[in-house]
Amino acid sequence: MSDGAQILVIDDEVQIRRFLRISLEANGYRVHEAVAGQEGIARTAQLRPDVVILDLGLPDMDGLEVLRHLREWTQTPVIILSVRDDDRDKVAALDAGADDYLTKPFSTDELLARIRVALRHAQPEAQEPIFRRGDLSVDLSRRLVTLRGEPIKLTPTEYALLRLMIQHAGKVLTHGQILRAVWGPEYISETHYLRVYFAQLRQKLEDNPALPKMLITEPGVGYRLVVE
Amino acid sequence: MTDDHRPDPDALLAAIQDQESRQGRGKLKIFFGMAAGVGKTYSMLDAAHARKAEGVDVVIGYVETHKRAETEALLDGLEMIPRQKVDYRGTTMEEMDIDAVLQRKPQLVLVDELAHTNVPGVRHPKRYQDVIELLEAGIDVYTTINVQHFESRADTVRQITGITVHETVPDSIIDLADEIELIDLSPEDLRKRLAEGKVYVPDKVETAANNFFRIGNLTALREMALRLTAERVDHQLQNYMRIKRIAGPWKSSERLLVAVGPSPFSEQLIRWTRRMAYNLEADWLAVYVETSQTLTPEQREVLTRNLELARDMGAEVVTAAGDDIPATLLNTARQRNASQIVMGKPVQSCLRDFLRGGSPVDKVVRASGNIDVFVVTGNPTTTQAPLFNLDMRQTSNPNQYGIALLAMAALTLFELFLVDLASYQLFGLLDLLVVLIIAVYLGRGPAILAAAVSALTWNFLFIEPRFTFQISEVQDVALLVLYFAIALFAGNLTARIRTQERQARRNAERTMALYTLAHEIASAVNMDDVLHSAVVQIGRIFDAEVAVLLAVDGEISQTPHACSTLVMDERELGAARWAFENGRSAGRHTNTLPSAAARYIPLRTANETLGVLGLRLRSDERPGFDQEALLETFTNQVALVIEREMLDQAAEQAAMLQESERLYTALLNSISHELRTPIATISGAASGLLDPTTSGDGANRAELTQDIQAAAERLNRLVENLLDMSRLESGRLTLKREWCDICELIGVAVQRMGSALGERRLNIDCPPALPLVQMDFVLMEQVILNLLDNVAHYTPPTASVHIEAAAEPQHLLIRVSDDGPGIPHDKLEQIFEKFYRVPGTPTGGTGLGLSISRGLVEAHGGTLTAENRSTGGAVFTLRLPRGAAPPPAKEAAL
Repeated sequence: MSDGAQILVIDDEVQIRRFLRISLEANGYRVHEAVAGQEGIARTAQLRPDVVILDLGLPDMDGLEVLRHLREWTQTPVIILSVRDDDRDKVAALDAGADDYLTKPFSTDELLARIRVALRHAQPEAQEPIFRRGDLSVDLSRRLVTLRGEPIKLTPTEYALLRLMIQHAGKVLTHGQILRAVWGPEYISETHYLRVYFAQLRQKLEDNPALPKMLITEPGVGYRLVVE
Repeated sequence: MTDDHRPDPDALLAAIQDQESRQGRGKLKIFFGMAAGVGKTYSMLDAAHARKAEGVDVVIGYVETHKRAETEALLDGLEMIPRQKVDYRGTTMEEMDIDAVLQRKPQLVLVDELAHTNVPGVRHPKRYQDVIELLEAGIDVYTTINVQHFESRADTVRQITGITVHETVPDSIIDLADEIELIDLSPEDLRKRLAEGKVYVPDKVETAANNFFRIGNLTALREMALRLTAERVDHQLQNYMRIKRIAGPWKSSERLLVAVGPSPFSEQLIRWTRRMAYNLEADWLAVYVETSQTLTPEQREVLTRNLELARDMGAEVVTAAGDDIPATLLNTARQRNASQIVMGKPVQSCLRDFLRGGSPVDKVVRASGNIDVFVVTGNPTTTQAPLFNLDMRQTSNPNQYGIALLAMAALTLFELFLVDLASYQLFGLLDLLVVLIIAVYLGRGPAILAAAVSALTWNFLFIEPRFTFQISEVQDVALLVLYFAIALFAGNLTARIRTQERQARRNAERTMALYTLAHEIASAVNMDDVLHSAVVQIGRIFDAEVAVLLAVDGEISQTPHACSTLVMDERELGAARWAFENGRSAGRHTNTLPSAAARYIPLRTANETLGVLGLRLRSDERPGFDQEALLETFTNQVALVIEREMLDQAAEQAAMLQESERLYTALLNSISHELRTPIATISGAASGLLDPTTSGDGANRAELTQDIQAAAERLNRLVENLLDMSRLESGRLTLKREWCDICELIGVAVQRMGSALGERRLNIDCPPALPLVQMDFVLMEQVILNLLDNVAHYTPPTASVHIEAAAEPQHLLIRVSDDGPGIPHDKLEQIFEKFYRVPGTPTGGTGLGLSISRGLVEAHGGTLTAENRSTGGAVFTLRLPRGAAPPPAKEAAL
């Protein structure tokens, strides 16, 4: 499943690096470590890892800085680690090119899930025209959405929104990214649009719209379509 | 029942207080002698050298050698502070530079000629005031003075030598001195030195010798000097005996009272009384009896000076009012328990005294009862009181005289018309009536003038034979004379009553003013109000501009308080600062910095100086004695109220501090337990896993690991709680408001709860299309989470939970209810307090959750309340203001 993919962990805490290494190696990944920003950048260049796990709270450089630096020359997926109160930093990092985030404390399940998603999106494999999840089936070529065999009517905007989430399935998208992609750059602060439209989508597609399992809210950050 | 061997506790206390106050002060040593040339400066310099050899840091502040060679020689080896140069009327004069000395801060400074008057323009008018300032700054001082410069000896010296000494030093300075050294020289030796030219610059010898250095003079002066030293030694001995509890003559409980008036003779009386008081070791009072007779400005000046002198010399000054001076004096004496009264010998003629029923002294003696009366000789007064109490110098102005004459003229004309209808006696009575009316409204002078004029016209126009000044009937002569006498006396009496009434009114006004001030500032709400009231009231009563400066951290503020009406520049601020630091008035009409525009009075209480009040009288007159007294009372009031305000503020602070202490302790206790419990679990489980025996079993491993995870989650929740609470408390909570869907929010919260709700049945009732509301998503999520956490903690595992959301006209409503045991009825509000947990409930949890939730909800402008359901269980109701609806969401342009 992992094919010995290489993961670089950039974090100054020795215990975090240890448990990451243990878990990831147990799941078949090869793990490299860096303890600070500068070192992280250097090792990324040196190793060309498949995924970079970057802690935002580094001692020598701002995590955001590291990310921007990397994004100047590589599209390697980057997953950031941050603490709960850092909404703004998370959003800034995602907007600056991070692919996903994890909030400390996190479980290894979440971590492995994120890494899988990141690896999948990194490989530009041929897009499956049909997206399937549970009872839901979305035929992107024919713009057909069916739930338990029954066709579901979506407005064009709802469909566009759903399609965007499917294209980034498993990854988090910030409010800004979604609004820009679906409505356009002038709309990036109209968060309430998302509330309304996601509510509508959930009503139509979720078993229990009050406790959604697929279209998940990431508080303070954005939304995620969960596949697993 | 006094035990002669037991020391008087009051005296002991006084001695201790004196000692304490001396410890902060520098020590003063006075080298004094009977006359110039005995060698005081020389001895002082000698002593200074000796001290220097001991290692003391000595400087010369000011030494006058008068070009005597021997003295000049002693200047070598001692550091001299350069004198300051002051320009005075075109000449450059030199004075001691007090600031330079203060800055240099030596241990000991030499200041010659204590009685010297400084050139106008320096800080203090007199050098002894400079010395006092130096002493208070903790610097020791050596100084010199002649016996003739002591205030209490000044008139004796004048009597002996015929020379009036102008530069005197108050006796209280001598009391300040820690050491007095008498430089004694026999008169013959002094004369020899004079002849040798060692005393003055040679060309002045002849005149000096003739005038002053007669053997007779010098001997008398020498005796005075010796006696003064002996007195002081005796006094010190007494003190010593008292402190050491040696039996001896104890302090008398005598009290002297001296009558002071606006005459120069009072000065002698005061000095005499002071000496007597010192010898008897008694307190003394100076009493001025204010009568209805108004004083001339010159008399006021003299009186004020006398009273100040008395006060400077240590008397308590009392003002009494009354027209019968002897009676008032005795009354005051009895009230204040005076044991002796001091009065001046009668100087008025016997006839006069006889007319009045005896001189004042006689009257006092007769009625004195068991109070002793001292009658002291003085010089005859330079101003004799007039024979009759006709104080022509009333406040009547020429206009009033004119009006009186006019009135009289009009009346006379009127009478001329009626001459055939009435008798001349009737006219006489009419005239009398008008004179009395004039006395009431125009004053004494015009009344007397009217009386005289009307008597003449009455005689000329109406008494037979008419139109002559002759009087035919003898009876009519008597009539005329009587008329005139009655007119005079009645007029006088009426005018006096009027004065008394005016005075009474003035007193009433004064009392009213004080009452108003006290009332206003007592009812003021805060410091600003207090100061504003004070400034307005004082400004009104004294017709002055007022400024208040408060002390900040022990220093005087650099800017006057906002309510001040007086503008202050640098120089004024300097005077204010001096008043603050030295605890005495400075500025206009005082002894320090008299060239300032306003007077600065320190606002003092028993413990400290709280600030300074600046006062500039618009009329710029020197305030009269009663005004001074009033001002002092006012400033005391203001100081007390300021102190009260400050104490109030301090008390508030203390209460707040105490409360926060309490919370802090509660927090520590609670947190300590809450943190340690999961940590203990983690620790224990981890050590279990490390132990091969326990960890060998797979089931054990799984259980222990789950425990660790659960404990970690609990710790995480706790940390979040603490962070939220600290943000709320710090007041720096900023809401990241965005449009939120409440159902979405509830969903997220529930999913975060994860397995914490266990087996409980959860029912979410959230209608679609609820209005979107602006709120901070993350924080509001925390609120719901805390409420759910509460449910998880306090309800049995089989309880059911119901979350509903609804829209109200102005609010968004969220309800979290359960069917658990509910909340005790009287605790429904208390549960929202920090650290409060209902007694008897399961432990665990910090007691912070509900408090934080409410805090966060209120930060959004909403409310959070708790109630019990009628069907059992608790329900928490959250209301958030809806605000305006967001603009409708548009479809995308695809």
